[in-house]
Amino acid sequence: MRQDSFLFQAFVFLAAAIIAVPIAKRLGLGSVLGYLLAGVLIGPFGLRFLADPDALMHASEFGVVIMLFLIGLELNPALLWRMRSAIVGLGGAQVLACGGALALAGVAAGLDWRIAVAAGFTLSLSSTAIVMQSLRERGLAATDAGRGAFSVLLFQDIAVIPMLALFPLLATAPVAARTHPAGVAMLPAWEQTLAVFAAVAGVVIAGRVLVRPLFRYIARTNLHEVFTATALALVVGVALLMQSVGLSPALGAFVAGVVLADSEYRHEIESDIEPFRALLLGLFFISVGAGVDFRLILAQPVLIFAIVAGLIVIKAAAIFGVARLFGRGPADAVRIALALAQGGEFAFVLFNFAAQGGVIPSETAALLVAAVAISMAVTPLLMIAAERLPGLLLRSEERATPERIELETPDVLIAGYGRFGQIVSRLVAINGFRTSILDYNADQVELVRGFGNKANYGDASRMDLLRVAGAEDAKVLVVAIDDQAKALEIVETARQHFPHLKILARAYDRRHVYELMNRAVDDWERETFEGGLRLGAKTLRALGFRAHQAERAAGLFRRHDERQLAEMYPHWSSDNTDAYRLATVARQAMIEDALKRDLAQHVHRTADDAWDTESLDAENARRVQGGG
Amino acid sequence: MERLNRKVLILFAHPAFHRSRANRALAEAVRDLDGVTFHDLYEVYPDMLIDVAYEQDLLLQHDAIVAQHPFYWYSAPALMKEWLDLVLTHGWAYGQHGRALEGKLWMNALTAGGRHESYEDAGYNRFSIEELTRPFEATANLCRMHWRPPFVVHASHLQTDDALADAARRYRALVLGLMREE
Repeated sequence: MRQDSFLFQAFVFLAAAIIAVPIAKRLGLGSVLGYLLAGVLIGPFGLRFLADPDALMHASEFGVVIMLFLIGLELNPALLWRMRSAIVGLGGAQVLACGGALALAGVAAGLDWRIAVAAGFTLSLSSTAIVMQSLRERGLAATDAGRGAFSVLLFQDIAVIPMLALFPLLATAPVAARTHPAGVAMLPAWEQTLAVFAAVAGVVIAGRVLVRPLFRYIARTNLHEVFTATALALVVGVALLMQSVGLSPALGAFVAGVVLADSEYRHEIESDIEPFRALLLGLFFISVGAGVDFRLILAQPVLIFAIVAGLIVIKAAAIFGVARLFGRGPADAVRIALALAQGGEFAFVLFNFAAQGGVIPSETAALLVAAVAISMAVTPLLMIAAERLPGLLLRSEERATPERIELETPDVLIAGYGRFGQIVSRLVAINGFRTSILDYNADQVELVRGFGNKANYGDASRMDLLRVAGAEDAKVLVVAIDDQAKALEIVETARQHFPHLKILARAYDRRHVYELMNRAVDDWERETFEGGLRLGAKTLRALGFRAHQAERAAGLFRRHDERQLAEMYPHWSSDNTDAYRLATVARQAMIEDALKRDLAQHVHRTADDAWDTESLDAENARRVQGGG
Repeated sequence: MERLNRKVLILFAHPAFHRSRANRALAEAVRDLDGVTFHDLYEVYPDMLIDVAYEQDLLLQHDAIVAQHPFYWYSAPALMKEWLDLVLTHGWAYGQHGRALEGKLWMNALTAGGRHESYEDAGYNRFSIEELTRPFEATANLCRMHWRPPFVVHASHLQTDDALADAARRYRALVLGLMREE
């Protein structure tokens, strides 16, 4: 078998990941370190299955692109606005402090100040991929420290734009010295700067004007795989566009994500391309591991070690100081500092960009890239330390588990937003609960959002989509769709994957109720029962009943009917409906008698009702006659 | 150890239980006791449609009845009154042949907004709790039940948590006492 065949390569990757990742996780090291080790294992300095890690790196950078698109998707403008102080304050201070400190260190080490500034600010960026993955795995993503780290990463992602724009102004070498001029790199410095902003603005406008109508059109076809293809095509397209003008595809994808963040298709897009993200990101980590140039490291081990140590120490110290300055507790500050102390994947892009632009000499860039790769590889270890360290350093009361921050977590998930689901949703929402709505009818979702409601497009029987709609945080799931079989499917999925959810379902008829009960729904309501009952009560009024009398008659009817429904449940099985029918017929007369008795006693005026004083009058009359 | 051989039914009526501190403290103090049935009327009958047969059956299974409720308008929340109207039927609970409840104990456990002094001749409520609970006493009497003076938490909105905890302890002791009585 040829070693460079696509299938062989794919098999090597998958096998390496399958072997290394579970072992790393079992050892408490996290999947990121597992992927990195797998990369080293199959890389040019390991088993040499992988001939050209650079080529792989380029391919798998698409994982980073998708990740940034997904991060963008989660950041709707409202959320960004709420987090603005953390992002701009903590994030801005972090980039300035780390960039400044690292640049000073560079100058002290004898670098030209322009190189030092470019390298310092590039190294101030941390690895969104590694940090987010590790935070998520350790369940820290929603904690104070996790949110803090996330804000910083977000600012860094945004800070890449001005960096890409301003680096050309720092060029130390003449433009002619560039090796592979491409795209905007051919333009004079100020035009490059302008081109960056123009491209970002272009993505925003195109996203608003073109992409949403496109998704709407595709969604109406109800072809799931075409929808997935559209989402992927969008990300690839943006990446290509940005690449063609020489900009970071990741950045373009991030902007595209933000643009789509408040669209109704967000959840569906998210869960459609999430598997691609996970796999490609794994691939990316593998390629980082494989790309660590051990020859370079072995040639200058002391220098590389000094750069890595200096990078991590300076960065961690600066971030710790900044976090304390912004009012974070010591424990949180340690967590944030150690989480963010590595160099990031943007460094690969930026160093490449800077080397091409003559900002940083390529030998220096190669050294720095190796240092960043190593710092990324030790991050999972640093994060393990971050969990132990505060406990050792700090008093016990500060060690309390960080509280989860509730961010837009819905109380109720409502699947199906037709005539039925709307009533449920409006009642629940007006009582102050947050609802998250899923509907598989693009027109319906659009209509509903037109009235300012929160609704998302998607198939609620998909576990991943339930998850992104908030099933992990919600307390209740209401299945309000009119498709009986689909409703059962949703109940099954939710029961299996989100056992904490209370599930309430809209039932079509008795049989459907029993099917739902078989799947252990917590409660149900037959869709036409209450309507029919109310109209029945009104009919009684039209026939001369007093309002309260009619109401009580309807109420008793409901009670008996529901009781009977529950009593007949053991007799019912979906395989043998005849037996159920016979049992029902056998009991029918008895049940009707019981109801008639109840009605006679408590609604009509024929027997011993407390509101009816006939028997009392009779007794009193006897007493008077008897002289007692 | 003493035998707690009598069963207590707590008829609980509070339409705004979610906002009540005093009744929550009292309810928590007794609802877990063995031999006590805590019957939350507003939770069981949100439609106000009382199931008379079920209620009468429940009464027969218990020896002491405690009506626990806020003292709304010198009386009880509407559902408690509905319960009295419908469940205590002639010929069953009272009347010549109505002896189903004979010999059982009846007690009210009340939470009242006013201070103790307000329920005096000179107070703004003008009448004592004893006087104002006469309709319940008369009801118990007509049903041939033994009347116990009401347990009252006064000024329920103003009580500190400690004071409420103390009231809850006294209530629990009282209910245990009902279970012990011959």
